[in-house]
Order: sequence, then structure tokens, then C-alpha cells
Amino acid sequence: MQNQELIDHLFRTEFRKITAVLCKYLGIDHIDIAEDIAGETFLSALETWPYKGVPPNPSAWLYAVAKNKAKNHIIRGQIFADKIEGTLTSSLPQEYEIEIDLSDQNIADSQLQMLFAICNPSISVEAQTGLALRILCGFGIDEIANAFLSNKETINKRLFRAKEKLRAEKIKIEFPPPTEINKRINAVLTTLYLLFNEGYYSESQDSVLRKDLCLEAMRLTYMLIENAQTNLPVVNALLALMCFHSSRFEARKNAQGEIILYDDQDETLWDKSLIAKGAYYLNQASQGNEITKYHLEANIAWWHTQKADTPEKWESILHLFNQLLVIEYSPIAALNRTYAVSKVRGNAAAIIEAEKLKLTDNHFYFTLLGELYKEIDTQKAKQHFAQALLLAKTSADKQLIQQKIDKL
Amino acid sequence: MDEFILIFRHEDGNKVASPEQIQIWMKQTMDWIGGIAAQNKFVGGNGLSFDDARIVKYNSVVTNGPFGEIKETIGGYIIVKAESADEAAEFAKGCPVLQGDGNSVEVRKLAKRDGVH
Repeated sequence: MQNQELIDHLFRTEFRKITAVLCKYLGIDHIDIAEDIAGETFLSALETWPYKGVPPNPSAWLYAVAKNKAKNHIIRGQIFADKIEGTLTSSLPQEYEIEIDLSDQNIADSQLQMLFAICNPSISVEAQTGLALRILCGFGIDEIANAFLSNKETINKRLFRAKEKLRAEKIKIEFPPPTEINKRINAVLTTLYLLFNEGYYSESQDSVLRKDLCLEAMRLTYMLIENAQTNLPVVNALLALMCFHSSRFEARKNAQGEIILYDDQDETLWDKSLIAKGAYYLNQASQGNEITKYHLEANIAWWHTQKADTPEKWESILHLFNQLLVIEYSPIAALNRTYAVSKVRGNAAAIIEAEKLKLTDNHFYFTLLGELYKEIDTQKAKQHFAQALLLAKTSADKQLIQQKIDKL
Repeated sequence: MDEFILIFRHEDGNKVASPEQIQIWMKQTMDWIGGIAAQNKFVGGNGLSFDDARIVKYNSVVTNGPFGEIKETIGGYIIVKAESADEAAEFAKGCPVLQGDGNSVEVRKLAKRDGVH
């Protein structure tokens, strides 16, 4: 029996459930204790299962152990003083019933409530995604450090400070009132969007880890959709966007881990079922009157699941980027819009638009100019690619640009 | 960087365009604005509906309008960021409204709210 494998799997799925329920139960002041208890629970499993055998229902076993550990902690610890002592007048502590509810419903509720608590604007977005990975996804500190291309110490410090801040701000672990959901959901979606991008665009060499990040971001987004109160069009739009992007996950890199550009991708590797799911959520997202940046980005991503270059495709993409830029400027959207201009109105027209962008510290800017000049002025194309090469930071980007120069 | 308003003036607001023509203009306008937004210089803007419009005059006389009696009407505006009035005027040159004979785009610097300008 591969105990280690089973424990790894359970760790992934159960650690986050136990942590969320305990966080909810103990309050924001005791996130660390919740994490410790969940960690100790798995340690107990590691210590006993190899000798006594795996229990028939491993999840139930873990929950029972976690409950016991939590009860012991509450009874003997400082938490008891904090939580109970002040409010008790005469009854004995022993009579106090500690009920830790590990039902599916409470697990789902606690995770959602933690999600809203963590996505609080008082802490940085990096800290929000880090905490979400730790508490809601059960990632180890090593994995988080790897995902952020950072080290353990930095991540530990970041998470420590974030927890301190949540404590100081007295953030409550609760569902926002219905009138507040629309306002609060944006912060949650921003965090999930970044979490997904962290996986999708990460420079980390660990492709399993990168995929896990994307899947976790999708799982948490799906959790919002499963709850009637947070099943909003904007949430569906974000999930649609994630489905379309991740459908190309296998086609984006070759066996050597090098990036394969969209035009060169083998579309038979695109995941059709994810594209279909994305279309479903995009349809759900179109209910209501609001068009958010997630709607626009999901629509753009849908067009990219259509490999054939039709005039309709690029006109639609250009139109969507126009709308997106009006809602929110970003250099990458500006560059992508200009690429769409080249597809609709030709390279000469796109060069005029591109040169207005003046993103002279961005290597994508010079790569785009190089591409646009390729058939018009090889010398200029070469100069722009050379400039892009100077500005590129990662070896993957440098490699791609070098290939373009070699092909000229 | 200052903010400038680009006001679209139509010589004759009564001309009725076909839905297809309106769709083409919409697309051109979106693309023009998208080009400004891609330079991170778009601040905001809107079209002005002629439906249910009113003109309020001296002595609080209210008429439906601005039809017939006013030769020139305002169809919309956008606000842009620009280093100078000349740069703002460069943006204005691309405005699809200018395809109409007699139409114009007025470029005006927004007053700063510092009580001096």
C-alpha cells in the first residue's frame, strides 16, 4: 500500500478543509493554531497508519483526530480564556460542549468565508494569494516559495505579516451581507485571477506545480459559483476565462519546457472539454447587464479557441480590446490591441499605432515592432528584435527572440 | 499632463442615419477611442442622446430640443490626457465625426480645480 501517496492526496484535499473549519471556529486571531492542528493531524496519520494500517474511512479518521486535538487545545489553552472565560459566570468549563462541525456544508461555508476574509484590501495582493494557497489550497511553504520564485523565509515573513494585519484589523470570518457581496466580490476575483495567472505565466520550471495553481484558482472560483449568493455573472465570466486559457495548457510548452507561440501550437492538444465548459460559463455570464473586464477577456479567449484566421475573428478581437482598454489600461492589452490592428488593417497601419504606445522599457513592445516590420523593412525588424533581446529578462523570452532574429 | 475635452459638433443633428451606418460609426468611434486608450490617455466620455432633450431658456422657458432652431448640436465628448493642446488636437483629427461635412471637434483644456486656472 502506498501510504505516502494516499497521505499526499489526502493532504491536498483534507488539510485545507480542516484548516478552514478550524480558522472559522477559532477566529482570525488563531489562524496559526488552526494550521498547526491540521498539520499535527497529518503527522499523527504518518505516525500510526504505517503500523496500524490505514483506517477504513481515512477522511473521517482525520476529522476525528483534528476535532480531538482542537478540543484539547481549547480546553487547556489560551483560546479558552479568550473565548469562554470572560463570558462564563458560574458554569464549569468541563460542561462546555465544544462542537466542531466538519460537515460538507460547513466545510464549504467556512472555505468561502475564509476566502472573503483573506481577500481583504488591507493586505497586499501577494499576501492574499499566498494565504489563499496556504489556507484554502493546502500548499506547503516550499511550494508557495517555488511558485512565486522566492524563498521559504520571504514567504514565511510575508504570510506572518499578513496574519498579523488581519488580526490587527479584526477581520471577521463571515459571509458578507447580501448588499455588500457585489462590492467585496471584486477583491476576491482579483486574487483568484492573479492566482491563476501566477500558475499560467509563472517562470517556475515545475509544470505540475504551475498546473496545480491554475486548477486551485479554478476550484475556488467554482466554489463561488456553487453558492447561490455568489453565483454572479462576473464570477462565471472569470471561470470561463480560466477554462479557455487552461484548455491550451498542454500545447503551450514543448517537451523541453520551451514556450510554443499561439500560431505554432498543435491545436489537437487543446482540451475540447475545457473549451466546452468555458463556453457554458460564458453563456451563464451573459445574464445581466454588466460587462466587466472578465467578460471581455473571456470573449477574447474564446476567439482564441478558434484557430482559423477569419476577418470576423480579428475584427471582434480588436473591438473587444478597444472596450477592455477603455475599462482598464494595461500595457499588455495595448500591445495585443495593436497586434489585432495588424490583422485587421495590415502591418503598416499597425506600425503607426504601435509607435504611439512608446512602451520603450517593455521587450514585448520591441518584439511586436520587430514582427510588424518583418515584411516591410528587415533592417528595422532586426534593430527592434535586438532591442527586445536586451530588455528580455527570462531565458525563455530571450530564446524566443533569438529564434526570430535567426529566422530573418 | 493636462486634461482636454474633445467636443463633437454636428452641423445638423436632424439627419437620420441608417442603422447600418450608425453601426459603422460606432465601430469606428470605438476603435478611435481604443487607440487613445492604448496610449493610456483616455479619461472618459459619452455620447449625448437627442431623445427627450430639453432646452431651458431665459425666464425658465423650457422647450423640447435642440431641434430646428439650433443649427449646430453637440453629439458627444471624450476627455483625454495630453501634454499640450496640439497633442489633444492630434487625437481629435482621428475622430470619425469629422467624416461629416461641416462637423467639427472642439478641443478645450479642462480648468484645474485650484481656483487659479
